[in-house]
Amino acid sequence: MAITMTKGQVGLTGNTAVAYAMKQINPDVCAAYPITPSTQIVEEFSGYVADGAVDTEFITVESEHSAMSACIGASAAGARVMTATSSQGLALMWEMLYIASGMRLPIILTNVNRALSSPINIHCDHSDSMGARDSGWIQLYSETVQEAYDNLFQAVRIAENEKVMLPVMVCLDGFITSHAIENMSLLDDAEVRQFIGEYKALHSLLDTDNPVTYGAMTLPDTYIEFKRQQSDAIARAKDVVSEIGKDFGNRFGREYGLMEKYMLDDADVAIVILSSAAGTTKVAVDELRKKGKKVGILRPRLFRPFPFKEVADALKGVKAVACLDRVDSMSGFGGPLFNEVRSSLYESEKRPKIASRIFGLGGRDYKVKDAVGVFEELLKIAETGKVEVLTKYITM
Amino acid sequence: MATLKELAKKNELFSGGHRLCTGCGIPPIVRLILRSANAPVVATTATGCLEVGTTIYPYTAWRIPWIHSAFENAAATISGIETAYRAFKKKGKIPKEKDIKFVAFGGDGGTYDIGLQALSGALERGHNFLYVCYDNGAYMNTGIQRSGATPFGAATTTSPAGDIILGKQEVRKDLTRIVVAHNVPYAAQASPHNWADLSKKAEKALKTNGPTFLNIISPCPLGWYSKPEESIEAAKVAVDTCYWPLYEVENGVLKINYKPKQKRPIGDWLKMQGRFKHLLKPENQALLDKLQGCIDAEWERLLSLDGKVI
Repeated sequence: MAITMTKGQVGLTGNTAVAYAMKQINPDVCAAYPITPSTQIVEEFSGYVADGAVDTEFITVESEHSAMSACIGASAAGARVMTATSSQGLALMWEMLYIASGMRLPIILTNVNRALSSPINIHCDHSDSMGARDSGWIQLYSETVQEAYDNLFQAVRIAENEKVMLPVMVCLDGFITSHAIENMSLLDDAEVRQFIGEYKALHSLLDTDNPVTYGAMTLPDTYIEFKRQQSDAIARAKDVVSEIGKDFGNRFGREYGLMEKYMLDDADVAIVILSSAAGTTKVAVDELRKKGKKVGILRPRLFRPFPFKEVADALKGVKAVACLDRVDSMSGFGGPLFNEVRSSLYESEKRPKIASRIFGLGGRDYKVKDAVGVFEELLKIAETGKVEVLTKYITM
Repeated sequence: MATLKELAKKNELFSGGHRLCTGCGIPPIVRLILRSANAPVVATTATGCLEVGTTIYPYTAWRIPWIHSAFENAAATISGIETAYRAFKKKGKIPKEKDIKFVAFGGDGGTYDIGLQALSGALERGHNFLYVCYDNGAYMNTGIQRSGATPFGAATTTSPAGDIILGKQEVRKDLTRIVVAHNVPYAAQASPHNWADLSKKAEKALKTNGPTFLNIISPCPLGWYSKPEESIEAAKVAVDTCYWPLYEVENGVLKINYKPKQKRPIGDWLKMQGRFKHLLKPENQALLDKLQGCIDAEWERLLSLDGKVI
């Protein structure tokens, strides 16, 4: 799809918006492999390459493993590097995700969330990126097409920030966001260029006068120090994400924080939920608010590093919380979001009651009535002080 | 082509003090290749002996920019580096006149087996790089497990010579042929005992535009159960028995670079190595004959193609 208009409202799918953001970022190297539902990003971007609309060298690798490997090579060579994938593709990259973050390479990956096999399913859930949550990548989850588009520019700044130097994964929901057309507004190229700036790597493999060794072998006398530095870096990313989200707001009028609070300040009960399902939940909140029910939403935008203090603070006045995970961690004790939120609340003096609900796996619809059902259950929990079922599947 | 004197005068880009074993074939191979390049080199290495032995933090034996990322992806990693180079050249971030050579090193495990897909992809895409496989015929770094390159009959820790099964039962994969099937402009087999041939091939490969490949036999005293001081001799005997023919395929034309005056029987090579001990017992003559048969057939095949477009 050719996009000529760069100002004002346009209607775009998530994939088209991401491909267009990549065009505007104009990275040095892109290495990618097709997989549903992210394929369109790669197709449209290769169109920009073919038309000379970008300077990017595009590597049509033979697998996602090689996609991330080539991204690592190019990034270590000092290039600004981007890729996109989904599901099995991200799973095949797994080994390399850890190597990208361990080498502190600021690679940008768009993950269009899709369920993992088996059974095979091409539709949305978060099992792919949630499986990679401990890979050392910063993870941003986008609710809308606009946010996915905006996140990409911020991701570049976050990743390349000298206090951080880590790869960033921008997640958006497969089909729901990637293939649905939403109204959004685009930045113009000059604004993008100004916002992201030029990238100059600290150490490049192509600087043959100053040779560096990347990926040396470490033994028990040094490995832990490297990991500690990496851990400190991802912890520092939290403030950087806030600063950059604020700067983005100042420049373009759309400010982004670590999380979005919707009708949360005076809420008795809350749903904590990621990405597009928050939109559906907002409709349920509006309906219930009309009936006088004090319900609200907390939508973390940043999942790695997890803003545990801010989450605990946001939920401190709430009596009952349900964490809705579009993935099961198969731990037998709720989903990943539930585990993080519950753990964040442990230090709170007045801990709310909290429940885990697994929903929408493999693209199963999550409807307003599902959200209403959870809120009703929460209101009962708030009243009785009892969580009858701690973890369960809904939308079945 | 550079003379030995000229090569010896060049800067040492692969320093001493690394931890590769005494008698290992890899260091002379790497040093010679780096000396044969007439431009700065950026290299990557697959996980394996070369990587582990040269970069134990905080030390590095590499006086060139170097990266190791994983086992199966040396060809994909070098694809990324070489592509970044092209992107920077296009944008004028690297001066036009600056020439950099890109080399990926991998052992046989990282090349014949786990790295084959990445290698095939990079060859097909046509990146400008040299892939060097140092073939010591097993996963030596992890303790001598059989690979697709392990010779028929060799005992390894996963194909031991037992009471019933006597070493590896399968004939090795012909990787050079697989690479040639990608129609790359240059591919060759070489051996560290013949420095002139190896150096010439490295120089030729690095001068060629497009993907090039060198498959180099690399003696491993640890895995071959051979004497470290006989490594270079063992490489020579491998060539004289035609177990490891020296040939090249340049723009589709096959050329045998060395024809032994008298082809030695494979037993001459096997007896230098403990991994073949069982093959030399009279009761296992049939296995020895089978191995000799494979070698003879391959040598005949090469002779029939010598000088021809393949």
